[in-house]
Amino acid sequence: MAALSPASEPATGALPELASVYWRPRTSAATLRRAGRLWTLTTLAHTIPFLAAGVLIAVVKPVTIPVSIVLLAHAWAIPELYAARGANVVRRRRCPGDEGAEHRALGLLGDLIGHDERELHGRTGLVLEPGRLGTWLLGEAGALLVVPGASRVHCYCVGVRGGELPAADRTAHLLLALREDEAGFATVANRAFAGAPWRLARRLQTPAREALRAAVQAASR
Amino acid sequence: MPRLIRMDQSGHTMLAEWTVEDPASVRAAQEAFAHQLEDGYFGVVSLGPGRAEHVHELPLDAAQVILRRPIAGG
Repeated sequence: MAALSPASEPATGALPELASVYWRPRTSAATLRRAGRLWTLTTLAHTIPFLAAGVLIAVVKPVTIPVSIVLLAHAWAIPELYAARGANVVRRRRCPGDEGAEHRALGLLGDLIGHDERELHGRTGLVLEPGRLGTWLLGEAGALLVVPGASRVHCYCVGVRGGELPAADRTAHLLLALREDEAGFATVANRAFAGAPWRLARRLQTPAREALRAAVQAASR
Repeated sequence: MPRLIRMDQSGHTMLAEWTVEDPASVRAAQEAFAHQLEDGYFGVVSLGPGRAEHVHELPLDAAQVILRRPIAGG
């Protein structure tokens, strides 16, 4: 990737949209760590009882092995469903739009990002943006944040209010808001999933997987 | 020449251009900017890679001022 500089702290103040989520504590590295641990605990709480019950009943009464298999399937499926929910935030929406408008929007978005990010966006539909909280990937209706060290990725559902905008315009809206106030952006956005990047990667569309690899690489540096 | 552009359904629309030497163009740009703020847009100036600033008044020395809509968690 080209020379990248971190998304800034707010230059003149917080993101104005924070007023609509005034009850939320402002996101920081510490709140991200806490939220990540909570997600891990929740995943374990969903998985361990099914695993334990599945193994226990199979051992105690082998005739219940079919039930045991169902329980083990639950233990596998629940974390997968959460990861799929996370992957959905950057799923590309294919809606027939005005090609000219999309082209103009791409031009504006392209002016805001570097050459390598433009190429990555062209291949994946996602914009890579380094920040203080980690490395971001922005889509048209959501964002991924790979924390420094790339041990965890947070998936956020966030988008532009109202109106039919070209996809690149939606992404540009998120990019500008992120650059205005990164912590504010993460506070306004709704977290859909947090977990290991490999868990998310399995549920992403192939192009988004490439973008996630690039973000993990950038966050690992 | 500095430009005021709005991200909208058309990709983007240029609402005004101004030069400080032309007070009429400045006034027109300021009025257009104020009107868009009333309509719920936010003014943003890109400050280079990774940085942008939310502006409440039209910065006359900026090369480009972008108007964006509010974002929200989905």
